[in-house]
Amino acid sequence: MSESSFNSVPGDDQFVHSAGGQLAKLAVYAMAGLALVIYLLSVLAGEAGSTTSGNAIDFENNAITIALREEPPQLDANRATDASSNVVLAHVMEGLLGYDIDAQLVPGVAERYEIREDGATFWLREDALWSDGVPVTARDFVFSWKRVLDPETASQYAFILYPIKNAEAINRGEMPVATLGVRAASDRILEVDFERPTPYFDKLVAYLTYFPVREDFYNSTNGRYGADADMLLYNGAYVLTDWVHGSTMRWVKNDKYWNRENKGFLDEIRTAYITQDINAKLNLFKDGQIVDTHLLSPMLPTAMEQRWQIDRSMDGSVFYLEFNHRDDRITRNKNFRRALQLAQDPNELVYKVLKEPSYLPGVSLFPAWLSGVSESFQKEYPPVQHQMNVEKAREHLELARQELGIEEFPPLMMLAGDTPIGLLSAEYYQQLFRKHLGLEFRIDVQIFKQRLEKMRQGEFDVVLSGWGPDYNDVLTYGDLFSSWNLQNRGRYSSQDMDALIRIAQSELDPQKRMDAFGEIQHLLYEDVVILPMYERGFSFVVDPRLKDFRRRSVGPEVDYNYAYIEQSSE
Amino acid sequence: MWLYILKRVLQGLLTVWFIATATFFAMHNVPGDPLTNDRAMTETTRANLEGKYGLDQPITTQYLIFLRNLARGDFGISFVQENREVNDIIREHFPVSAILGVLAVVFAATGGVLFGALTALYRNRLPDYLIMFLVILGISVPSFVVAALSQLSLVSLNTLVGFTVLPVAGWGTVMHMLVPALVLGLSTMAYLTRLMRSSMLEVTSSDYVRTAKSKGVPPTRIFARHQLRNAILPVVTVLGPAIAAITTGGFVVELVFAIPGLGRYFVEAVQQLDYTVIMGTTVFYGAFLVFMVILVDVVYGFIDPRVRLDS
Repeated sequence: MSESSFNSVPGDDQFVHSAGGQLAKLAVYAMAGLALVIYLLSVLAGEAGSTTSGNAIDFENNAITIALREEPPQLDANRATDASSNVVLAHVMEGLLGYDIDAQLVPGVAERYEIREDGATFWLREDALWSDGVPVTARDFVFSWKRVLDPETASQYAFILYPIKNAEAINRGEMPVATLGVRAASDRILEVDFERPTPYFDKLVAYLTYFPVREDFYNSTNGRYGADADMLLYNGAYVLTDWVHGSTMRWVKNDKYWNRENKGFLDEIRTAYITQDINAKLNLFKDGQIVDTHLLSPMLPTAMEQRWQIDRSMDGSVFYLEFNHRDDRITRNKNFRRALQLAQDPNELVYKVLKEPSYLPGVSLFPAWLSGVSESFQKEYPPVQHQMNVEKAREHLELARQELGIEEFPPLMMLAGDTPIGLLSAEYYQQLFRKHLGLEFRIDVQIFKQRLEKMRQGEFDVVLSGWGPDYNDVLTYGDLFSSWNLQNRGRYSSQDMDALIRIAQSELDPQKRMDAFGEIQHLLYEDVVILPMYERGFSFVVDPRLKDFRRRSVGPEVDYNYAYIEQSSE
Repeated sequence: MWLYILKRVLQGLLTVWFIATATFFAMHNVPGDPLTNDRAMTETTRANLEGKYGLDQPITTQYLIFLRNLARGDFGISFVQENREVNDIIREHFPVSAILGVLAVVFAATGGVLFGALTALYRNRLPDYLIMFLVILGISVPSFVVAALSQLSLVSLNTLVGFTVLPVAGWGTVMHMLVPALVLGLSTMAYLTRLMRSSMLEVTSSDYVRTAKSKGVPPTRIFARHQLRNAILPVVTVLGPAIAAITTGGFVVELVFAIPGLGRYFVEAVQQLDYTVIMGTTVFYGAFLVFMVILVDVVYGFIDPRVRLDS
């Protein structure tokens, strides 16, 4: 700067004074100009789309405002894979069966059903209507399911329909679509043939890939099915009336819905905000703009200061360290895996490192909320009580070293996601294995899709991985480590495991079937296929005037289907 | 003059082509592709999807197809938002970013010039110290912190007065825009203040100002005509790139204030490896930036006759 060359001269103060006046004048002009610019921009902004700003709860219109995490990619239930689509579709569509407020399976479009060894029959109710008033028929399901499995559709969730006869062969392009084992015996009767006995088929049909699609409407959309609010036909408690991409949606009560006495009590649900920023959501909640939000542990003090009622729920997913069982990997050695297993303790991870009060320490691949035959699965089949034992861990590590015939262990690759929790966990394991076992792990942090691709390619020794449920049955986790499951990215392969999973898939006797899961759980521990880390949960807050809002472990993460506004007693 | 503009435009096109090519190959070298999903796909499903999107072609063929479509201004359809054309995404969401950006730049430029002049005028006095302290803060505190803090203050303000003075997040009215635009423009405003201050000081000690003073020209006239007008030139120079940077760099602010702008798509596309959207937004932003730089250079020739573009 050239300040040093500037010397004060007499009369300077006077100059500053009048120049300052001039500057103030300019500032006033600038303000006026600014106001004009702002006015012009606000006119333009109105044109460029807006978010309806309203209160979290609108008593007058019996409406609520919520925030969505992401914009749904599209609302074609046959092809949807993401959580946001799941949330919207669970409110505007209905499958053969659905879930009640307590997450119990209840009739949906089907009023009753029967599952046999070789197939199933669904009797559809007469008053189930599409939002244009036409009845929902068995043909709508046949069309939908055939479409899912048609290789042309390339639905990523097609696998969930594989229990239906010929489904997998059709999806692989080996058989024509017409051979699918499903037919409409009449408008009201849907007949399904199974590929193999599928005692849990009732739970599958509640999943969104199984939702109906009406052929004539589908054809009228010209390939834009589910792209916009008017490119979809609804049969759920709400209908989508507006969808401004990237900003807002309006779900309005469906007056054609058959079960409107028990579901869909609000006149309108406005999704006014789309943001992944959890802090922004908290601020919106605090400001009374949205009815609910979930909280991370750093936010809990704020929530407590505000004296909010904090609730907790399990989000359904389980996280674990997965080993690479491919031939050339050190992690293929069972003693090595056992050493890692004995050197760690999920309790320490959850209670001392992550400190998320809604998380549960991982004890099994099968989370605590799953049910067994008559009560919770973990109660009926308690997981192995894990004890951390560093000395024994070192013994196993020494055994592994001898079996592998190496001098010392080379650095190993630990693949992790780029989320804060993922990083924290990876660093915890890194220092733990260094301290207890003298092993060096390199953390390879990757964004979601790149981590998945590296898992698929097998470019890891251990990976921080997780699994969320598709349907409310132990099998949604139970078949993960079968040798044929594409999801088994560590390529664990064991004949015992495969045999147990076959029983779990097809056994009709519930007790025997659950026994198989019990043995799978035991084998997972004994063979050290994975190291359970934690079950993820959420702390969340809801506007106290909104009743019967639910967060779900299976299905949509947030459920407003049964929610209603409590009229104030004033 | 025209030759110069033509030369610059051709250079600009070359730059955009280079950006597009580099992005294209970098993107394809990253592990995974848009079809990667947490539910593993069968070979048939993957093959069908790859065929549908042309991902089964060799990379050079894909590149040539991309270039051909680029020449026609067609970026294709998003992999994630399956029914939306990239052009539609840009058309619908860029105006939001642009409006926010323009307002931010207006805030930044007005504030920068006024505060800069003020600090120069009251050099080494209280207003100078105070503003320069704030400037340091404005430059060094990252925008996500400022955004989160200002949002939090809004919540407190609204709670305090008992009604919504300014909305906490969202988009649509002028009320929604004020705070995000201010936050977005803050670091530029701080930068411009410093620039304006040093530029003012330089002008103040120049010969023509001294001459004007000695001739007895009224102070207000010296200040407005001789000092401000000359000092503002460097500010205009950086304004072009600043507009581009602000308009394209609003992702954090858009995220925090839940504003449906293009920035979100720009960043999320990278996370989701949404090839078409990555290419569309990158090329669009790249072209925009290049265009702004050229524009400033050309405009500069008009503002300052000393700059001869032809030579």
